[in-house]
Amino acid sequence: MAYEIIVATNVAIAILFALSLNVITGFCGQVSLGHAAFLGIGAYTSAMLTKAGMPLVLSLVPAAVLAGAVGMVVGLASLRVRHDFLAITTMGVAFLFVGIVRKQDALGGEIGIAGIPAPAFGRPGLLVLSVVCVVAFAALAVAIRRSWAGFAFESIADDEDTARLLGIDVPRFKLFAFVVGTAGAGVAGGLYAHQVRFIGPDSFGFVESVTVLAMVIVGGIGSVWGVVVAAALLSMLPQWFQLVDDYKLLLYGALLFATMRFAPDGLAGIATRALRRVRGAA
Amino acid sequence: MSALLSVRDVTVRFGGITAIDGARLEVEPGRLLGFIGPNGAGKTTMMRVITGVVRPSAGQVLFRGSDITRWSTVARIRHGLALAQQIVRPLRALTLLDNVALAVGHRRLTSPVAAMLRHDRRRERERAHTLLERVGLAEVAGQRPEALPLGYLKRLEVARALALEPALLLLDEPLAGLNQREARAMADLIAELPGPSLAVVLIEHNLGEVLRVCPTLYVQDGGRALAFGPTSEVMARADVRAAYLGVGR
Repeated sequence: MAYEIIVATNVAIAILFALSLNVITGFCGQVSLGHAAFLGIGAYTSAMLTKAGMPLVLSLVPAAVLAGAVGMVVGLASLRVRHDFLAITTMGVAFLFVGIVRKQDALGGEIGIAGIPAPAFGRPGLLVLSVVCVVAFAALAVAIRRSWAGFAFESIADDEDTARLLGIDVPRFKLFAFVVGTAGAGVAGGLYAHQVRFIGPDSFGFVESVTVLAMVIVGGIGSVWGVVVAAALLSMLPQWFQLVDDYKLLLYGALLFATMRFAPDGLAGIATRALRRVRGAA
Repeated sequence: MSALLSVRDVTVRFGGITAIDGARLEVEPGRLLGFIGPNGAGKTTMMRVITGVVRPSAGQVLFRGSDITRWSTVARIRHGLALAQQIVRPLRALTLLDNVALAVGHRRLTSPVAAMLRHDRRRERERAHTLLERVGLAEVAGQRPEALPLGYLKRLEVARALALEPALLLLDEPLAGLNQREARAMADLIAELPGPSLAVVLIEHNLGEVLRVCPTLYVQDGGRALAFGPTSEVMARADVRAAYLGVGR
């Protein structure tokens, strides 16, 4: 049972992390290759605070706030760049994060932070907390998607110059997406730190950023449930099959390529088309 | 001062090239103004100065009593300016109805947080439907733009711009790419647009249609305002005919 709880918690955290990137990449078409940095900011913040005696649940608040604040700064910088340039800029953020953390003795430097306290409510409690966070964030994402904000995001993802001509304040919406998305990653980071109870700079490297981007793209950019399914599958596979874990980057790279090439709207798009065909046949 | 829009002595330089050289233009409320000029006259640049895509090196743009020279495009649109683009840019993921409905609701999109708390699109869709009817696209309102011909998308551009409830509508070559019959129908539609609260500037190469529907003309040549006034008077001028038609010189 204990093992299943660990796997389920990992899956829940991965889903939350992927959903948070989906707000940035999916809702307004901003490709980020540095999302793991915000997972890291949340993880370090939450870990330092619980080590100082703060309860885990409370520590998630500053984790979200700090990640969201840095996200806002990165968002401001990214307003000036688009497409490939944005991807490169956000990639730089990921390397910057690892580079800075490595040199900070207060953050454990290269060694990282060990002995992060176990959550007071035990592993099942951490699973429940993670699931609650996932449900809350998914509900927020769905609420955004269905609202007028989602309507505006759809137009920005489609063609931001046209969105501007329709009177939509594009930079403000982009910043909003960056703050919500990075704050969500901060919460995921806080949960992650207490799940593994040891974090180091390498836990939040480029590979993690690519992994989470693969989840969003394979799931279907912008689709909340598509991303949930893809994040669940892609985070479960390496835990179940050692082989997948060994060739993770290769597999995710291939999946990314195959999705982009053959079904750019991902699992969500494939499912929607299949459903339409079934309905059409009936 | 009754002009809705006045462009005063605007100069635009790109590096060493002067695209607009001290041009002046005034648009009265409720008018339909034809904006013509030969290729390279700086028409597009002038339009970009009005929409805020290009900042002038000198001069002023006044709109509805405000100096908007340094304003962003979005601020200008919120202040009552709208543009139908020459190269149609429909939002391809949305139906025509939603393309227009989004523009109808643009005032609700100032803050993302406030926009998050609103879900109902019915009223905006109703209004969008009325606008699509006005431009003759009601039957295809539920379709996505991808399969529709250019003539339809040009009309969509107009409906979407009208949805912003502008005081001034800029139409950038709305007839370009249309066949003669479509162009005529579109020009008829444009002629009916101006009203007490809407002035229209029609930037167009199709001189025949411009002369047919526009009571007032502004002619620009070589980045300078060449002539401005009632269509018949402007077209009677020898310098206009020389610049635009290449005759009389």
